[in-house]
Amino acid sequence: MGVIEKMDKADFPGKIHETAGGGIVLSKLDDVINWARSNSLWPLTFATSCCGIEMMSVASAKYDFSRFGFEVARATPRQADVIIIAGTIVNKMAPVLRRLYDQMADPKYVIAMGACAISGGPFFYNTYSVVKGADHVIPVDVYIPGCPPRPEALLHALITLQGKIKAGLTREQIKESSYLNP
Amino acid sequence: MLNEDLKLKLTGILPLISFEEGGEWLNVIVPSEELKSFVLRLRSGPDLMMDYLFCLTCVDWKTHFTIVYHFSSTRYRHNIVVKAKIDRTNPEIETVSDIWRTAEMLEREVYDLFGVKFLHHPDLRRLIMPDDWEGWPLRKDFEDPVNMIRL
Amino acid sequence: MIEEIGRTTEGDLIINVGPQHPATHGVLHLVITLNGETIKKVEPHLGYIHRSIEKMCESLSYRQFIYVTSRMDYLSSHINNHGCALCVEKGLQIEVPQRAQHIRVIMDELTRIASHELWWGAMAMDLGAFTPFFHAFRERETITDIMEKTCGARLTMNYMVPGGVMAELHPDFQKDVKQFIQLYKSKFEEYNELVTGNVIFQNRMKSVGILSKEDAISYGCTGPVGRASGVTCDIRKLYPYDIYNKVDFDEITETEGDSFARYVVRLKEMQQSIRIIEQLLDNIPEGDYQAKTKAVLKLPKGEFYQRVETARGELGVYIVSEGGTTPYRIKFRSPGFSNLSALEHMVKGLKIGDLVAAMGSLDLVIPDIDR
Repeated sequence: MGVIEKMDKADFPGKIHETAGGGIVLSKLDDVINWARSNSLWPLTFATSCCGIEMMSVASAKYDFSRFGFEVARATPRQADVIIIAGTIVNKMAPVLRRLYDQMADPKYVIAMGACAISGGPFFYNTYSVVKGADHVIPVDVYIPGCPPRPEALLHALITLQGKIKAGLTREQIKESSYLNP
Repeated sequence: MLNEDLKLKLTGILPLISFEEGGEWLNVIVPSEELKSFVLRLRSGPDLMMDYLFCLTCVDWKTHFTIVYHFSSTRYRHNIVVKAKIDRTNPEIETVSDIWRTAEMLEREVYDLFGVKFLHHPDLRRLIMPDDWEGWPLRKDFEDPVNMIRL
Repeated sequence: MIEEIGRTTEGDLIINVGPQHPATHGVLHLVITLNGETIKKVEPHLGYIHRSIEKMCESLSYRQFIYVTSRMDYLSSHINNHGCALCVEKGLQIEVPQRAQHIRVIMDELTRIASHELWWGAMAMDLGAFTPFFHAFRERETITDIMEKTCGARLTMNYMVPGGVMAELHPDFQKDVKQFIQLYKSKFEEYNELVTGNVIFQNRMKSVGILSKEDAISYGCTGPVGRASGVTCDIRKLYPYDIYNKVDFDEITETEGDSFARYVVRLKEMQQSIRIIEQLLDNIPEGDYQAKTKAVLKLPKGEFYQRVETARGELGVYIVSEGGTTPYRIKFRSPGFSNLSALEHMVKGLKIGDLVAAMGSLDLVIPDIDR
């Protein structure tokens, strides 16, 4: 009978064709994979300093992030999808962060939470040991400003990351597509 | 014990010490060679019994270093500050970690940040900087054009 | 950075715990030498969050450096700021108005309760119980909501200034705190039912990580760690600051010195904090919330030391001033540094599971240790 376009971002991507005995959904495989990946991201528990407490608040009951599929926080990078860098990165910790990122399996995403992870934060001037921004060490997808950012800001960042994945715009996906279309 | 009684008692132990005025606690300046025997008397002397070392730090005065020890007694509740001046070009002083166990990590931190060698310390190596870091960060003449962005 | 991880010549195993590990509460790297499952040596490696705060403060003014310190031990951030403000006031001989002193003490005690709540939830989570974590954060969220209405921030509230506090209390403050106290008193029994009386929990904590009184003094342990071994070291009683000498509360000490004693000391301290808040809440005097000070502060030449009691122990702020607008040298005597140095002594000969229980009962916050 008619063709129903996909309604909004939360629904399953694709066009529904109404036929007798049910319906047919036509979609692109990339869209379906992105939809599945974005709704079940498992974060790595990586909290170095104060922003870690706000990340723990997001994990607890008031600002719950398991509504978005983030509940299963793994301690080992081999099983995690997204690393939320919550806290300052210093010179001694940078190789550890790099090794954790390398141990994660593709596709992996990175969120830089807080002013310290974006650019060194309050420790920018006159410090000899702070890395001025986590993106000197690993490539970052989403930046969250704040010192520390509110839990709602972290939720907004998680939703932005989900939107980026569904639209195919994260660094991983751009890198992959550049392999296919050099 | 009041500051005046402490002054008399401490001068009785070691006549070479001098006192610094000002400050809420008694500030004692000890020559660095006599430090170990002096603090041993502080720990074991029956009226002093300073069994609690709560701060060990170093101040860089550009011509010399001063190692500052803050002692307290859990029995008599008096506090003393002991200072020892050491040479800046070759900074060395005796360790007190066999008397107060907390000094092990505190002295490692002073070594790491200032370069002061503590003689007879059980395990003197860098604590908070990376192991291959060069330079003593908290000295006043520390320059690091790569990492430090000056305001 | 990675030493001889592997087997030693005697057949002992050397492994890493951390720096990224869910049970270390921050970035602590322990290199453990094991014989089977029995611990022979524990060596902490620090410095993974060393942000060179002491060097940075030498170029910040006396009003600015206070805000960096709230990021040191971020769970008792008010108390850190309080200690720095008191040290500057000691140097400048400023008289703080009574209203500001009352507000400061109430905020300190609320922070202490919030910090102990988070410790309780995180420690139960380390031992494998996930439910207390959510209960603890429910109470903590109530406290941070109260703080947010007055101070503007949830975690690093930069509220104390030399001379008093930064802003007036929110009009709903007393009502909110009274509601919180009612809620807390009704929930305290839940904590005992859930965790304290649990047989598995008690078996994991009793006689684990024993620290005797002489060792606690020699290692410089303060706070609940020292008090659980019998050392009376509460700075609020020994060297009272602000109006702690006018409030009535008990100093909780236990004698066994094991992890369960440290646990019980912290739970009872939360109740004493509620007692202090109840005494002060209805009697906040009218007046200024901040004393008049100059815009640019210059401490006279000399040295000043101030001690405060944070949730972890005794924090010391030592300022050496040469008369300028910035300090010449600042040293923060952090409680976690000394508590951590007692860890190896506590866990020699025990198993790895006991190491997790002992570390949880020490309540370490690593940025406080590394500064």
